[in-house]
Amino acid sequence: MTALQVFVDGIGLYAPGLDGWTHARAVLAAPQTYRATPLQLPSIDSLPAAERRRLGVAVKLAMAVAYDAAQASSADLQHLGTVFASSAGDCDNCHQILESLASPDRAISPTRFHNSVHNAAAGYWSIATGSQRPSTSLSAQDAGFGAALLEAASQIHSNAQSCLLVVFDTPYPEPLHTLRSVTHAFGVALLLTPVRSASTLCGLTISLTQTPIHPMPIPELEAMRGNVPAARALPLLSALATTQPQTLVIEYLQGLNLSITLQA
Amino acid sequence: MQPLLINTFTTTTALGRGLTDTLSALRAQRSGLQARSWETVDLPTCLGEVDGLDAINLRADMQAFDCRNNRLAQLALEQDGFMQSVQTAAEHYGRQRIGVFLGSSTSGILSSEQAYRQRDPVSGALPASHSYRHTHNMFSVADFVRHYADLQGPACVVSTACSSSAKVFGIAQRMIGCGLIDAAVVGGVDSLCLTTVYGFNSLQLISNRPCMPFDAQRDGISIGEGAAFILLERADQAQTDDLLLSGVGESSDAHHMSSPHPEGRGARLAMQAALDMAGLQPQTIGYINLHGTATPSNDAVEDLGVTAVFGTNTPCSSTKGHTGHTLGAAGSVEAVICALALRHDFLPGGVGTRTPDPRLHCNYLLTNQEQAITHALSNSFGFGGSNCSLLFSRKRA
Repeated sequence: MTALQVFVDGIGLYAPGLDGWTHARAVLAAPQTYRATPLQLPSIDSLPAAERRRLGVAVKLAMAVAYDAAQASSADLQHLGTVFASSAGDCDNCHQILESLASPDRAISPTRFHNSVHNAAAGYWSIATGSQRPSTSLSAQDAGFGAALLEAASQIHSNAQSCLLVVFDTPYPEPLHTLRSVTHAFGVALLLTPVRSASTLCGLTISLTQTPIHPMPIPELEAMRGNVPAARALPLLSALATTQPQTLVIEYLQGLNLSITLQA
Repeated sequence: MQPLLINTFTTTTALGRGLTDTLSALRAQRSGLQARSWETVDLPTCLGEVDGLDAINLRADMQAFDCRNNRLAQLALEQDGFMQSVQTAAEHYGRQRIGVFLGSSTSGILSSEQAYRQRDPVSGALPASHSYRHTHNMFSVADFVRHYADLQGPACVVSTACSSSAKVFGIAQRMIGCGLIDAAVVGGVDSLCLTTVYGFNSLQLISNRPCMPFDAQRDGISIGEGAAFILLERADQAQTDDLLLSGVGESSDAHHMSSPHPEGRGARLAMQAALDMAGLQPQTIGYINLHGTATPSNDAVEDLGVTAVFGTNTPCSSTKGHTGHTLGAAGSVEAVICALALRHDFLPGGVGTRTPDPRLHCNYLLTNQEQAITHALSNSFGFGGSNCSLLFSRKRA
């Protein structure tokens, strides 16, 4: 079975009750201390104020976790490739467009339209950082984290360059919320590198498996894992919180999961 | 990179169903663009519509996925023996060893557009019959194809606007290269919807006549719909005349969400990266299928990029005058057109273009040329500054 090795040099994480990696690491290492508090995002100072005002929660969340993961190490943002994944991108923006199209005049603002592309977060990130490196934006419904991790690892294996992985989801407003019940906003970013360095937190060896997944130890976090596609990363993030050597399985596609062995 | 086999492919667009119709339309320089009414669109525009989608019935076990986008996917999968080839590959490699990587920009969003017109007047609820997961969600078409063909390997949808289904070749190439899979179904499917028609209209990027790529009078795009599928396999024992994917080049503009970099910086990087991966010099490329959307700025910027890398001699054309801009499907549709050019020793002249813009300097073909070539490049550039160039080759004796 093919296994791909990468190294984790930085982590970004925001979700309700998980306020940045420093806070989240302590919570995930002692999960009974988890308290569901509203999502708190830092201000994104690197974008011009005019651009910032146009951004919805989804893109702000993606940018926040991306900056945290990248700045945790000495990564050169201008030369960093990226893999973004989200089940549905900016759900608020999508809802607004659908409402406009159902109205008599069907007027969509040009900004709403260009923000509707699934790669909007990746586009804003490349503009903010000036990076012309390749960037891709994926969707795999509930399997987005697994798809993005596999893509980032196979990129690193192919080109021996660092890669910033960014996975985010936010809830749809009604009426789509009833049909797609993503319950929380959740954003996670990992700065992944091909070789161990002074900033490396741990190594990961990733392979495809049919072994059942590892759930979360408390009901609140297990519900988050099950209800938010990006939160399928939680068992891995829990392992990263302690960096104890271990093998865990996270959910990917139906009948196909990812086995991850963490080396300190 | 290790080249990959691309001998098995198909496409369905406004030019017709499958390769025979597509090739005969290209040879006849026939456009599939027409001024016509579609759905409830009340704008004067020409569309590249695939005829007969409303009459397609999804296979009995796939009914949950019913929407225009997946009907188009099924219609295309069943052309040119493509499904049979996929099943042969699945038996040869194993179902878990074949990935499904497809590009789309809007998936089946038309279904949600229609459902939002049928909300309950009191509760605001959508009709109970609307299945978001199987239609509108961006992953829907890959989920559909994976189940339709009973494939069990890795899968995702790439959605980077108009470069989406070019970039899927890169995903497959990397996953095959690192041994996770042995083969992949790649491609793109995008179907007509109100979001793109009214969205591009809001940006004043739609022409009200059939689009005129690289013409002095060009004034915007014509939206089309299309699907294309390609089976990528290891090419350990490639034979003479086999068709190959030989290079993938990707870059970002890092400039603007909906305007290309004014000097074509990102486009140039993508083309050069594809050449570098293939280990080829620019003068060996026999044909370039341009992104060529027919907006004034996109064509001008692409021309700068092409002439900076290739000079002014390499034959080029855009086939968006034939098919319209099939958006997230364009990368794969045009990959198939490059494969046809390589297989049939034939370079398609663009249609819709009458007077090439004298300010543009690439060697734009207005008529077809019968000519054997060994390497062809296809450009795809999207909103958000996402660029991808693909290099295809024919193995010569």
